[in-house]
Amino acid sequence: MARVLIRNLNKFYDKDVHAVKDVNLEIRDKEFVVLVGPSGCGKTTTLRMVAGLESISSGQVLIGDTVVNELPPMDRDIAMVFQNYALYPHMSVYDNMAFGLKMRGMDRGEIAKRVQEAADILGIGEYLRRKPRQLSGGQRQRVALGRAIVRHPQVFLFDEPLSNLDAKLRVQMRVEIKKLHSRLNTTAVYVTHDQVEAMTLGDRVVVMRGGLVQQVGEPLELYNTPVNRFVAGFLGSPAMNFAPVAVRDGDGGLRADNRGFVIDVPAEVGPRLRPYAGRDVILGVRPEDMQVANGSHPPGLCFDAMVEVVERLGAETLLDLQVGDQTMVAAVEPTISAKRGDKIRFAMRPERLHFFDATSEAAI
Amino acid sequence: MIEGAKWRRWVYFYVPLAVFVLWLLFPFYWMLVTSVRPDRELYRAWTAVNYAPFWTAHPTLEHITDLLTETLFIRWMINTLFIALISTVISLFCGLLAGYALSRLKFRFAGTLGTGIFITYLVPQTLLFIPLADIIRSFQLGDTPWALILTYPTFLIPFCTWLLMGYFKAIPRELEECARIDGATRWKAMLYIIFPIALPGILSAGIFAFTLSWNEFIYALVFLSSAEQKTVSVGVTSELVRGDVFYWGQLMAGALLGSVPVAFIYSFFVEHYVAGLTGSVKG
Repeated sequence: MARVLIRNLNKFYDKDVHAVKDVNLEIRDKEFVVLVGPSGCGKTTTLRMVAGLESISSGQVLIGDTVVNELPPMDRDIAMVFQNYALYPHMSVYDNMAFGLKMRGMDRGEIAKRVQEAADILGIGEYLRRKPRQLSGGQRQRVALGRAIVRHPQVFLFDEPLSNLDAKLRVQMRVEIKKLHSRLNTTAVYVTHDQVEAMTLGDRVVVMRGGLVQQVGEPLELYNTPVNRFVAGFLGSPAMNFAPVAVRDGDGGLRADNRGFVIDVPAEVGPRLRPYAGRDVILGVRPEDMQVANGSHPPGLCFDAMVEVVERLGAETLLDLQVGDQTMVAAVEPTISAKRGDKIRFAMRPERLHFFDATSEAAI
Repeated sequence: MIEGAKWRRWVYFYVPLAVFVLWLLFPFYWMLVTSVRPDRELYRAWTAVNYAPFWTAHPTLEHITDLLTETLFIRWMINTLFIALISTVISLFCGLLAGYALSRLKFRFAGTLGTGIFITYLVPQTLLFIPLADIIRSFQLGDTPWALILTYPTFLIPFCTWLLMGYFKAIPRELEECARIDGATRWKAMLYIIFPIALPGILSAGIFAFTLSWNEFIYALVFLSSAEQKTVSVGVTSELVRGDVFYWGQLMAGALLGSVPVAFIYSFFVEHYVAGLTGSVKG
């Protein structure tokens, strides 16, 4: 049982590329933490430094209470699952799973027991004699998972394990990994660029960009109160709509004026937005927080939009809207019939509006 | 494949293929025919009525028995085998370690070193034998098998290193990383994971190295002088061509028997060997 503590972690490549910048993170015992971000954000490098596959330029990594900076990967008591499965092609499934145990000099009986146990959990018992090339992608990834769990490590590391699978299998394996974690109850660090995986798997999610940690928190915390425009735009699909607005003092409160629409700034945001009066800020609103207006919506939050594209997904319908010179996406009930060229009046949900500083992009 | 009418397959596939095969195999056929042709046919004038260069009506094993009993041919075969095997083992061992290091380890001048090794391979042997002869003389190794065993690696090691380097680079890095997390040291990961996967490449390098040393001529000609030390390639050409007299029958019998071990090795490993050349590692 172990927590992972990352202190002021930095990685430089060839002195001038600063891939990971001062990362601080505490991963609690038994916690499932997901590092997410666009490619090149430093998430994989961070994971590889925890694994010991990449040298640490400065800072510390602790597993349990031990500083592991100088420990070789084999002595860190971790197991890692790779994106390309990294199964040993010349060994059978059984030998793939047993390799780590053999290397540690475990006796044959115990190895057989552990491999069988892992194979049962993952439902790969009947493939134990096969070679990896005789397996499908999903089966291979199961073997890779099995190879990690037979070791009973202190920490699991996952490096985009589902990226090579097709969409349907990915969803299925995602659920299995989640189940596996609740069953094994081991600390896990999971790297992905897929925000859906991050939101669904993580007890906590770490959003990274350009080597910097942007925000750490529980999935919904990140979704509902992103600290900046990047986190707001990265999580959620379809992505949050952003519109530049000028904050103006109107009668009875602040108003946000985009040339396409003018809305009343909700009272609870008022005090925070007050210093920005007379300046431009960025308004963020998620597609599901724009509703087709009816009489009950306060007129100060309504605006007109023209439908450009209708995407019917079944469970919901996405409308690409032209609002002034702005394009926005709204997710509406599938029962709403709309077609290209329709003019529809929308209302924004006041408690779900986000405002970001125009230059720093930090949440206001 | 060639599609369309049947004649297209003949014109564009079978006929060119047949021409190609005939062209390639003709020298071997000539070698075979000459080695079993009796002397009275071999030296018959081409204007003679019964002149038949492409076949013989009276095949004989006379040249082959002469070769085996009256020359040191068997001794030459043993010499060549001994030299080729040991220099292949040495070169393969060094090539494995060097190829692995250059493709996997990060160290200063790794790239420069790799290019350097390649450049040494490009220096022609016809230039290199002059300084090497001096070195061989200084170590008093002239006219011993060691003169060749120690000089063949000068071109075999760069060759093996480069071939294996390419092969190691094609093996996903994650396999080794995973092994190291699984509890293997770098050495064990190399031994249990990388080398078994690279086996086709290692075999190819070994076969090539063996063939190159088996066929080598210049060093063997320069560094060996006494008849009983010679290798097949030098022995046959120097001992069976006396002045301007060519013992064609025995020459060709020697060439034929000399190519048997190489042909045997090729056919034995052909599957691995082809896999090695196409360099496929399937996950």
